[in-house]
Amino acid sequence: MSSHVTVDRWQFTLTVTFHYLFPIVTMGLAVFIAWLQTVAHLGREDRRWPLRRTAEDRRAHEAAAHLWTKVFAVSFAVGVVTGVPLEFQFGTNWAAFSNYAGGVIGQTLAMEGVFAFFAESLFIGILLAGRGRVSERLRWIAALMMLAGSWVSGFFIIATNAWMQHPVGYTLRDGRAQLDSLGQLLTNPWLPWQYAHTMSGAAVSGAFLLAALGAFYTLSGRHPEVAGVCLRIGVVGALVFSLLQIFPTGDRHARQVARYQPSSFAAMEGLFRSERGAPLVIIGTPDTEQRRLESAIEMPHALSLLTSRRWDAEIRGLDSIPVDRWPDSVPLVYYAYHIMVGVGTLLLVLAALAVLLVRRGRLLRSRSVLWALMLAPPFTFVANIAGWTVAETGRQPWVVFGLMRTHEGASPASSVPAGTAIFTLLGFAGLYLVIGLVYVLIVVRIVARGPELRAPPTKPRPTAAAVVG
Amino acid sequence: MATVWFIVLVVMITAYVVLDGFDLGVGALHRLLARTDEEREEAVAAVGPVWNGNEVWLIAGGGVLFLAFPRAYAGAFSGLYFGLVLVLWLLIGRGLGIELRDEVDSPLWRTACDTVFWVCSAALALVFGVALGNVVRGVPLHADGYFHLPLFSILNPYALLVGLFGLVVLAAHGASFLAARATGPLGARAARWAGGLWWAELVVLAGLAVPTDDVRHSALEAFTDHPWRLVFPVLAVGALAAGFAFRRSGALGRAFLASCAFIAGLLGSVAAGLYPSVLPAREGRPFGLTVHNAATSDHALRIALWWWPVGIALAVGYFVLAYRLHLLGGPRAGPAGGPQTGGGGPTGRPRA
Repeated sequence: MSSHVTVDRWQFTLTVTFHYLFPIVTMGLAVFIAWLQTVAHLGREDRRWPLRRTAEDRRAHEAAAHLWTKVFAVSFAVGVVTGVPLEFQFGTNWAAFSNYAGGVIGQTLAMEGVFAFFAESLFIGILLAGRGRVSERLRWIAALMMLAGSWVSGFFIIATNAWMQHPVGYTLRDGRAQLDSLGQLLTNPWLPWQYAHTMSGAAVSGAFLLAALGAFYTLSGRHPEVAGVCLRIGVVGALVFSLLQIFPTGDRHARQVARYQPSSFAAMEGLFRSERGAPLVIIGTPDTEQRRLESAIEMPHALSLLTSRRWDAEIRGLDSIPVDRWPDSVPLVYYAYHIMVGVGTLLLVLAALAVLLVRRGRLLRSRSVLWALMLAPPFTFVANIAGWTVAETGRQPWVVFGLMRTHEGASPASSVPAGTAIFTLLGFAGLYLVIGLVYVLIVVRIVARGPELRAPPTKPRPTAAAVVG
Repeated sequence: MATVWFIVLVVMITAYVVLDGFDLGVGALHRLLARTDEEREEAVAAVGPVWNGNEVWLIAGGGVLFLAFPRAYAGAFSGLYFGLVLVLWLLIGRGLGIELRDEVDSPLWRTACDTVFWVCSAALALVFGVALGNVVRGVPLHADGYFHLPLFSILNPYALLVGLFGLVVLAAHGASFLAARATGPLGARAARWAGGLWWAELVVLAGLAVPTDDVRHSALEAFTDHPWRLVFPVLAVGALAAGFAFRRSGALGRAFLASCAFIAGLLGSVAAGLYPSVLPAREGRPFGLTVHNAATSDHALRIALWWWPVGIALAVGYFVLAYRLHLLGGPRAGPAGGPQTGGGGPTGRPRA
């Protein structure tokens, strides 16, 4: 592979990985901000569960929503500015890929722009307008619209990626993919499970962020009302979405990978030889030279059972695939996959333990569990990024699976030589380092300042006439 | 069908330049116009809630180019690599300069953010002009649809002149926006700047006439062959004159609308002069990319025409709502409550 392609790949890896940290936060938090706002807006003492709320409880929800909206806003801003380079890099560094695939995935990317970004850019403004500038009702609608906008945006991005993983609805003409059917593109069988798995992964991060803030305030003895709300919602959300992450989304998505990308699946599982009754590897070291797994601990037959629901089903190993169609780093795919599954499982155990303690009313006194919750969020990002690493490196050596190899997709070296790309790669790295530091600084300040509980209302709720002003 | 998408693309780009143009213009004049912390806050607040939505027109416009003319997208973006990456970096700085300004309550921090906003906006206006200049001048395309322009060839004299024009036009646009929107000394200063920049626009525009004919004589033929296309230059010149008259009579809001029409007329003229080229080669050279050889299949373009109007109708709806909330809620709101009471930040939220 020529050196300019390597640099192009590193630049995309850097920019997409850094960018994706922020959509995880916004897509994940959007779920919980929408819920907090819903309770704050609709909760009454005379309603049925889960909206039966005391005025105090509602104020705590509102304060939590307001605090998280501040974090959301900074994350959204960084997500927007670091997202633009991704679309444009398709043209700058992956010109041949753009030329080849633009007629198909241009549709989904342009749809993301008009159906998601315009809505988000408006409603974030409303959501952030100072208290009293817009009505509570409009702010609640804005919270729901931000949830819809960020999740629709995610849908079109996954639709784009799904086509690269499993191309459908196109024909090849004059060396370019031309769209046949938008319907097929949007109902790609790969799409729903990858989407569900990705979004639920973001929600896991959002839930653990809430729980971590609650744990931090509890451990430092501050803001007990808001801490309680964040902890309860956080741990329950973490448990629900961690379970969804494994079943059905993870299970179904993995079975699709096995079906449509056997090379990727074999690398994920470290399966070098096709086998009947293939074992599930818990721990082991893939050795690509010897084509075997070193010092493995395995569960016999489990992989066949999980993949095909049959004890003795045959699973295709890497030996059934020509070497030039193997992912170019089998160990990378294998380790990323096992890190994702391992970390995800530990997070599930932590969430289950925390929910158990909440039910027994003992979470606020269990300092060790609170510490674990406080330190958990970074690991949710590790799991999310590892998951994307599996998806993207597992697809290799293809940029469009089975159609276009990654090195064929890069801009010609005559237009963008390796040195040029190294220069901009370093520029992005430096810029993103500064942005990352500023982001952390600002979020730490928001958390340190804490929520503002509004005094109990002395006058009736604002009416629709107070929408503006 | 490709022609329809050429028009869509031009409309998208025009919407971007008209809308984000005033954000960039306000930014380009930021530290020159606004002297105190309060004035700078007022200037940023004037664009704070809308800049993001305005920038979406660029993203959606890029999406249209990608969708309809993938070959031109691939060729232009890889050939103008440094220019594009510079735009990306400047867009990052501009956006964060606005958004993070009020996240830390310190005058030093705000000054730093304001300076980033100022420098990045001015540089963006210049770079967008340079990019347009290179497209009008044509690029050294090869038969495979690719080309390579090193940074210092991107910055050729003609493109730099167009870059200067871009800076002047967007600065004038931003000044007329601020003149119509801001109050007090800031508004008055913006109006004075808008007046001065109007003459600068006139001078640079006149100075561009001969060099443009030099690099792209065929544009003139496009107008003589299809006289109806002259509506665009006529619109531009008329809007320029109207802007002058409106400002003289103190109708600052209309002067800003005239500035919008001027930009639309300019970009319409460029498109009308270049059509059917999407990415022209140098004058007289082969391999230029046109709506015919750069477009994706007619079938795909027809499919996209089903959902595109729906999306744009929604977007326009959001914009009407956003601008109504923003314009009514701002300093000129009259009864809606005086100039930024309670120290609202640039995005209208209370300072953190």
